[in-house]
Amino acid sequence: MSKNINVSLIGNPNTGKTSVFNLLTGLNQQVGNYPGITVERKAGICKLPRGTKAHILDLPGTYSLNASSLDENVVIEVLMNKNDRDYPDVAVVVSDVENLKRNLLLFTQIKDLDIPTILVINMVDRMASKGISLDIPALEAQLNTKIVLMSARKKQGVDELKNSILEYKKLSIEPCLNASDIDRNYFDGLQKAFPQQPLYKLWLVITQDVNFANLDRNSIEDATGFHTKKKSDLKRLQQKETIKRYQFINETLKKTQTIDIASAKGLRASLDRILIHKVWGYVIFFAILLFIFQAIYDWTGYPMDLIDGAFAWLSDYCRSALPIGVFTDLLAEGIIPGLGGVVIFIPQIAFLFFFISILEETGYMSRVVFLMDRIMRRFGLSGKSVVPLISGTACAIPAVMATRNIESWKQRLITILVVPFTTCAARLPVYLIIISLIIPKERIAWIFGYQSLTLMLLYLLGFGTALLSSWLLNKFLKIPNKTFFVVEMPNYKLPLFKNVMINVIEKTKAFIAGAGKIILAISIILWVLASYGPGEKFNNAENIVTKQSSNINLDTNTLESKISSYKLEHSYIGYMGKAIEPLVAPLGYDWKIGIAIISSFAAREVFVGTLATIYSVGNEEEETIKNKMAAEINPITGGKLFNFASGMSLLLFYAFAMQCVSTIAIVKKETNGWRWPAIQFVFMSGLAYISALVAYQFLK
Amino acid sequence: MKKTLADLKRGEIGIIIGLITEEIPLKLLEMGCLPGNEVKLLQVAPFSCPLYLNVNDSHLAIRKEIAKQIEIELV
Repeated sequence: MSKNINVSLIGNPNTGKTSVFNLLTGLNQQVGNYPGITVERKAGICKLPRGTKAHILDLPGTYSLNASSLDENVVIEVLMNKNDRDYPDVAVVVSDVENLKRNLLLFTQIKDLDIPTILVINMVDRMASKGISLDIPALEAQLNTKIVLMSARKKQGVDELKNSILEYKKLSIEPCLNASDIDRNYFDGLQKAFPQQPLYKLWLVITQDVNFANLDRNSIEDATGFHTKKKSDLKRLQQKETIKRYQFINETLKKTQTIDIASAKGLRASLDRILIHKVWGYVIFFAILLFIFQAIYDWTGYPMDLIDGAFAWLSDYCRSALPIGVFTDLLAEGIIPGLGGVVIFIPQIAFLFFFISILEETGYMSRVVFLMDRIMRRFGLSGKSVVPLISGTACAIPAVMATRNIESWKQRLITILVVPFTTCAARLPVYLIIISLIIPKERIAWIFGYQSLTLMLLYLLGFGTALLSSWLLNKFLKIPNKTFFVVEMPNYKLPLFKNVMINVIEKTKAFIAGAGKIILAISIILWVLASYGPGEKFNNAENIVTKQSSNINLDTNTLESKISSYKLEHSYIGYMGKAIEPLVAPLGYDWKIGIAIISSFAAREVFVGTLATIYSVGNEEEETIKNKMAAEINPITGGKLFNFASGMSLLLFYAFAMQCVSTIAIVKKETNGWRWPAIQFVFMSGLAYISALVAYQFLK
Repeated sequence: MKKTLADLKRGEIGIIIGLITEEIPLKLLEMGCLPGNEVKLLQVAPFSCPLYLNVNDSHLAIRKEIAKQIEIELV
């Protein structure tokens, strides 16, 4: 007998709901989006006894069914609509033993929806140290439900939960709150008009403007013949409802819960004293940031070299193992390097999200938000913008997605628009090679070298520009800014390794899915443009070059490099580079750099690889490229092409330019349209061009 | 003069007696800021915003503007 049960997992944030979900589903998880909106949908499968399968939907964490954001809306949509494919047979509300009072608010609301509901009390391993004791049978009787005690951390209670889910039909669907108590006249009338529907559901339709069955707010109000209640009246009734629910909860807990304050240990208070201290809080935060960046810098070098080597080997192998022809070329020189260009960023992205995940799991992130909120708001951002801004130093794509928990649309939009200014990992190869060309290697004060100082300044420039732009956007964007900042400060916990790893995997997958396809596609297009050219010059490249160098004795390698370089010059992309030369000359670049800039539009890091080809370097050895670049002469001035002026100009260009099609794509998705990414592109490109121009003209 | 949450000093406890404005977000009540509940100011960020409170056994941070809308009585 095989049966399928739909289960909805709901609960306050920070209750360990994710851990419960991970315990139930293991790696049988699927992450996607709800149709039509940018809210993450997490689903998984859990095998129950007796051959039954549970389809578990991990709904976004929320404090109440009265939605105040897009993802909280999703919760009501799923729970109200019997025709929704996700509509649950049983709801599992996850609560945390330390915050039972507040968690139960959501529980009583869900219990009133006519859905069999199980209450999970999680983190029971902390009960003793907090001096909490519960009379479970009494609590079950008061709440009219089945309670499962769990410690997701210690993996306790899973089997009991699975059994309870299996036996869901035994659960009562009596509501906790008699809604009529809120306002006798109004609610009695409401029930009389729709005797079939649970009263609370009708109330939600009116207050949340949700539709289900063929009921919506207007049809209810028409049918009941009430005056359409004013918004303020509705609000007052909602407040009354909340008060009544808490009265019920307080009475219930008074009878069933005892807290022995004397035995409660207060680690939280001591930690908070330091971590959000007026001075030390910030010092510690910046120290942690510094550590993270240094660690990422140090630890990712090795895997990145490995990946580089592996893809280079793969490319050569293809070229030698497969028959000569267009397809082989496409594979070896277009697809494989294109894929390599995506994969090489995975170590950095994975590590960054590893650290961010740990900060979130421990509860420290909320303290960061607390510390930074006031400062962020001066710039039109929210305290919650800190995480996306930091994530942007790995890659803007997961960073933009991380803005989903910002309540105010204006603050969220501004965060999305300025995140690309933060120095992402892809800019590093460009920065590094230019810096090594134009900045002296000397050190000041023993440990600080000019080169690393310049790099740090570039990072600060990125952040500074992000903040400045958000300040400007805040002033000029005419969007109503309704913000209410109510942030829970969860207790400190040791991070659960499993949760962290699953999170890292999910974020990395998001990067690959979001950026990977686009980078690959554009790499192939660029390869085509670089490998084919119009007219005779391209097709006869070999002959022409061989004839040109017939009087000089060249070895095969150098000759081949010269041919490649000639081909590139006369390919489609070469002509494009020459065409934009007048545009980039004032910035100190020549057409060769122009080609590199065009091709790095797919992904900034392609800049270095393209330069390698242009300067006819056989391999991508950094030293060789550097030497070649150092030797290049600017045709107009007769001096070095890569001098201080043009180098600075290039650095500034790459600092500001929006050269990442993947970012444009994700911004379009998250802002539901082309308008904002277009504005972003124009603004950033303009800024890049002008600052590069000014830098070059001023410094030359 | 009415005393509001914004007037609490660090470590002080008060009882919420009312909400001054209609515009208060429902979420605040749902998090436990209800008349009759005890609220203790734990810490304050620089420039006195946000405020870190313990209200109704929930640990929350709220901005000063909202704190000004919550009337309290010192205990």
